[in-house]
Amino acid sequence: MKKSIIVLLVIFPILLFAQEKLDEVQIKKEKKALSKSLKSAANTTVVSSKELLKAACCNLAESFETNPSIDVNFSDAITGTKQIKMLGLTSPYILISEENIPIIRGASQVYGLSFTPGTWVESIQITKGSGSVVNGYESISGQINTELIKPKDDIPFFLNTYAGSDSRFEINTHFNKKINPNWATSLFVHGNTRVRKNDMNNDGFMDNPLAKQINLSNRWQYTNAKTGWVSFINFKLMKDEKQTGELRFDPKKDRNTTNAWGSEINTNRIDLSSKIGYVFKDMPFQSIGFQNAYSNHNQQSYFGTNKYDIRQESFYGNLIFNSIINNTSNKFSTGLNFTYDDYTEFVNLLDVSRKDNSVGTFFEYTYDNTDDFSIILGGRLDIHNRLGTFFTPRLHARYNLWKAAVVKFSAGRGKRLANIFAENQNYFASSRTFTFKGNLPTSTIFGKSGAEEIAWNYGLSLTQKFQLFAKNANFTIDFYRTNFEKQAVIDLMESAQRVVVFDLQGQSFANSLQVDFNLELKKHFDLRTAYKYFDVQTDFTTGRFQRPLQAKHRVFANLEYATHIVEKGRQWKFDFTYNWLGKQQLPNTANNPTADQLGDFAPSFSTINSQITRTFSSVFEMYVGGENMTNYQQQKAILGASNPFGPTFDTSIAYAPIFGQMYYFGLRYKVK
Amino acid sequence: MKKFIFIVLFLFANIQVQAQEVKNKNAKYATSIKGNCDMCQKRIQKAALTVSGVKQAIWNIETKELSLIFNENKTSPLAVKTAIAKVGHDSDDVKATDEAYNKLHGCCKYER
Repeated sequence: MKKSIIVLLVIFPILLFAQEKLDEVQIKKEKKALSKSLKSAANTTVVSSKELLKAACCNLAESFETNPSIDVNFSDAITGTKQIKMLGLTSPYILISEENIPIIRGASQVYGLSFTPGTWVESIQITKGSGSVVNGYESISGQINTELIKPKDDIPFFLNTYAGSDSRFEINTHFNKKINPNWATSLFVHGNTRVRKNDMNNDGFMDNPLAKQINLSNRWQYTNAKTGWVSFINFKLMKDEKQTGELRFDPKKDRNTTNAWGSEINTNRIDLSSKIGYVFKDMPFQSIGFQNAYSNHNQQSYFGTNKYDIRQESFYGNLIFNSIINNTSNKFSTGLNFTYDDYTEFVNLLDVSRKDNSVGTFFEYTYDNTDDFSIILGGRLDIHNRLGTFFTPRLHARYNLWKAAVVKFSAGRGKRLANIFAENQNYFASSRTFTFKGNLPTSTIFGKSGAEEIAWNYGLSLTQKFQLFAKNANFTIDFYRTNFEKQAVIDLMESAQRVVVFDLQGQSFANSLQVDFNLELKKHFDLRTAYKYFDVQTDFTTGRFQRPLQAKHRVFANLEYATHIVEKGRQWKFDFTYNWLGKQQLPNTANNPTADQLGDFAPSFSTINSQITRTFSSVFEMYVGGENMTNYQQQKAILGASNPFGPTFDTSIAYAPIFGQMYYFGLRYKVK
Repeated sequence: MKKFIFIVLFLFANIQVQAQEVKNKNAKYATSIKGNCDMCQKRIQKAALTVSGVKQAIWNIETKELSLIFNENKTSPLAVKTAIAKVGHDSDDVKATDEAYNKLHGCCKYER
């Protein structure tokens, strides 16, 4: 209690904000559901809330399914959790922030994306490549920033309910009040639950967990255009409970026994944050902001007889000053960051608790010739208790070759500490044991030295907008390469009974090529297509392999159609998404008995998602949709399912949907 | 580290001082400039920013109004208008030469 009072005192007197960024987002919001800018130097796609309505989309993890820049995968066969990848690399290599405060870090890496309900989101900015230095040094393959609905722009009341054929139910209610011209507040209440045990593949295990989540957010926004002050104060509380495993598992009786295999994952999370920003009078190009965040993430879980508990207490502070040199063609941002993470982490009886802290300073210079060229040069210097003192350079450049064509280049370095157990906790739900090899001393896991990862990322992209048969079209091709200098390699190629962790000895890289073609067939009728090629290879102990569970080829298509809005706002909207995944390298299961082998590669497959929305008026709409309508299901989702305490048990190899087709229905009601 | 904090503080303090002399260093001025399209917008803004002392220049396509923030110690609205006329765009005080006007792209040939 005493501690949290101190926390409150620390956070609230000092409050931030990068005003310019906020404005940028709001301008873009009026545009398309997905938009790419020809003007910005970074390769950023802005996803508006309109786009988020297109998926069954109950939370942030699911909201990327209609977006080709991000691949949504399955993290395992039992928790129903979806995992995202960018440029062929999993979410730990992506800096995921909420309103520019890093949020998916450390303990929240695996389940964190499911802790932000989709209806809370105003827009998402997805930047491929290392990205800006302002928010830290950790991003390697990209940055994803989520902006939540601002109290000032919110409507007085919003209600969304949802029911899925997997017996998942959701409710979202938003309340908003403008207290006076300066202050506005929003209260968001989210609840979701899955009440029935589903086992579509008859392996005796639930395909997705029984779940309960309550999630509350209360935000206060202060704006004063006259004085130039802006402020946000945010409180969030979240409680999430999952139970999964064998159908016959009863947690009261069978917990910590070998009667039946089961798992419970319970997470409590508190987030407090504040921002205060000031735009200088008479100098709209100059601002100063200060943001602060405290979070307490507490996960208690067991997977069969493996017990795993992690608690992470974090502080984050960022002071940022934006201004110009001579004129607005030369802008800069500079400031300081501070992070503190206190982990209390236990793997069974092994204590891997540790404390991380860092303080850093950054400077980012942007030159824009107001016409066809801009460049962002950024650098930061950080002092970290386990990573030492290091410099992080980043560069982004844009050049408009001719009208409606832009070439972008980026290069940058990223560095991070791998949280080996937190990021790979899906292997606890298997008979695999963690084995540390090579120069990674056992002290690594005790936190005395770091499982350090360093990578360089380079990218080149070309976008051309044009007219095809008098229709708007655009074409993008981009290529990115990530080269690891240091990596904590998670090796599944040696044995089906082990997770070998070692520090990279040879090479590890990820090449990704993406070709996008988008066409507006007619007004309100859009086609989006993408082909993606991933060549992600690592030198494992047994040789060089493609990173497991990563398809080399992927095809994506999305078709979106809306009728014209007629009287009282009546409208139909149709959406159709097709995904094809080529064969995927599988972890090595050759040393298992034949019945529990999976072969070298998973077969290719495709999925179809579709949704129809009927808007009855500008305040009421209903939607119905289906996911995985081709009903593709992974064969042998769980290895050794008949003997879950035996040596071949493994729920971590999920390359395709576990649950078959799923249909859902929902409604949205607004009071404007 | 300490040194850096000091530098940052010094930087802010310095700007704060500048901010107090708003009248001189951050003077605001708005004027009408002839033009049509987004190409004109780029050209006008670019020309304005080439004038030393102009900090911000935004030309609104709809209202044809140019909003400036500039340092009065270094330049004047007339100097900015002269620079803009040089690239072909008329204002109330300064007219572009026919030569400069004729060089404009087809879509930028505003009515004179």
